[in-house]
Amino acid sequence: MANVTVERIEAASAPQHRGGLLRRVTNEFAHPDRRLAYLMVTPAIIVILAIAVYPLLYAFVLSFQFVTPNRPSHWVGIDNYINMFGDPDFRTALINTIVFTVIAVSLELVLGMAIAVALNRRFFGRGFARATAIAPWAFPTSVSAVMWALMFQDQVGIMWYLAEKLHIYTGNILGSTGPLMGAAIVVDVWKTTPFMALLLLAGLQVIPQDIYRAAIVDGAGPWQRFWRITLPMVRPALLVALLFRTLDSWRIYDLFWVLGQRNLSSLSTYVYEGVRISQLDFSLGDAAAIFVFVSSMAIAFFFMRVLGTRPTE
Amino acid sequence: MTPGFESTRSKVAFYLLMGLFIFLTLFPLLWVLKLSLISQGELQASPPTILPHSFSLGSYQRVFANSAFVKGIVNSFVIAGFTTAFCLTIGSFAAYALARLNFAIAKGVGSLILAMAFFPAVAIIAPLFLQFTKLGLVNTYWAMILPDTLLSLPLTVYLLVAYFRELPRSIEQAAMVDGATTLQTFFRITLPLSIPGVVTTGLLTFIFAWNEYLFANTFAFDPTTQPATVAIPNFASQFTVDYGAQAAASIVVTLPLVVLVFLFQRRIVSGLTAGATTG
Repeated sequence: MANVTVERIEAASAPQHRGGLLRRVTNEFAHPDRRLAYLMVTPAIIVILAIAVYPLLYAFVLSFQFVTPNRPSHWVGIDNYINMFGDPDFRTALINTIVFTVIAVSLELVLGMAIAVALNRRFFGRGFARATAIAPWAFPTSVSAVMWALMFQDQVGIMWYLAEKLHIYTGNILGSTGPLMGAAIVVDVWKTTPFMALLLLAGLQVIPQDIYRAAIVDGAGPWQRFWRITLPMVRPALLVALLFRTLDSWRIYDLFWVLGQRNLSSLSTYVYEGVRISQLDFSLGDAAAIFVFVSSMAIAFFFMRVLGTRPTE
Repeated sequence: MTPGFESTRSKVAFYLLMGLFIFLTLFPLLWVLKLSLISQGELQASPPTILPHSFSLGSYQRVFANSAFVKGIVNSFVIAGFTTAFCLTIGSFAAYALARLNFAIAKGVGSLILAMAFFPAVAIIAPLFLQFTKLGLVNTYWAMILPDTLLSLPLTVYLLVAYFRELPRSIEQAAMVDGATTLQTFFRITLPLSIPGVVTTGLLTFIFAWNEYLFANTFAFDPTTQPATVAIPNFASQFTVDYGAQAAASIVVTLPLVVLVFLFQRRIVSGLTAGATTG
């Protein structure tokens, strides 16, 4: 009995890849544990195929048709894409998304790194500081946008008051695009910097302390230690955090929609307006949705192939 | 761990900066809490008062008298609850296969599930809207539970894989030596021993689903099924000048989350950051 079991465990952990394709497939399914493995991942695969892959293919097909809900559609070739790139609203949305992503993610990275380095030592209240850092992450973005809208409110909001007192801006912050973008960046930095710091902190904690001691013995100062040891060693964790944050900002919707009250557009709000609000632009919105998907894949590809980012295996 | 501080002055500077970080992070919550508890008159004061001068629970009364808001909270529990249940069921099977069973396409399946974490939800709202309309699902809980399950699944699976891998393999092997099948081992040994991890995963999945906004704002346009994430912004754009009620509504939804986060702080932080270090 015991021998059989040991064989079973060994067989399960060492699949053999010899022979033709048919032989390999039969071999793969010959072992009960491997058959079980396929059975166990099937529900997850079905969910992904039914709710992500199939709709995505359908969205791709739709982007070459003229569609309005409840009416028959017809093929229009690449007209939707031509109209989309020709639409000044789309170009504004694209520029807004680029500006927002670059500024917000850069600020979050620099501030997050500083906080992570500070948190990476023993001090009184460390647990409290870490719990605080996770709190904004747990807030629903749409609700935190309502909270910040109260704070940016003209005449009565604390942020309006501070902006005026510090001579940053004196008008209605939520009333025009430029200040709104600034406000959105502030909210995003508030909400995601602490989380970024925790991700970076996890990366910092795996750096062996001996390296620092050796560097100190060799006479390296704090800045040298940061640039020569910390940064190169934390690079893998940093790139993963950066990849997630960049893709998150690239598809920003909740914050712009609620804080901006339609005065601040992003690629995703452009899609939403087309698909959900003005039904005549349904196809245009769908084409923009495909654009968001393709550009997101391009960003992920850039991070993984060019920068060598390795998300969890 | 970097040991100690170099001087008393750097220690003081450190605590000042750390205090500033904590203050700035919690400031919106404290400020909105204050807004929810002051009188209507004080809310309209310009410039705003820094410390509260009045006290009133009127804002909370108005918010709880609003049926769309109350229904929104109930709907959020239903949607996030079912999403969590589905994710834990589907996710624990997949996670066990990925963590413990060696099969040829394990890497491919793992990457496919992880890819869903990068997937822009907005890409599929147009086709889903057409399909849900055809199937009569628009304005039902299903229109949110189904896509929320998809979006939350990578988080659930990756946390569970990490927790299952933490278990010493020898315990499972001992069960197999005693004649348990792999499936029995999963149900009787792996799952019960990972309960703390499963609870943390469930909690994080619940928060993730609770916070979803795009699908809900696309597929639910009736207060009967709208979750709180949609109901509160709608409430805010409907009662634009009732700042107190907006503040009270926000506090009702966020304060419980903050309490949960502080209670489960250690587990949440280690769970959420596991992905970044095991890469």
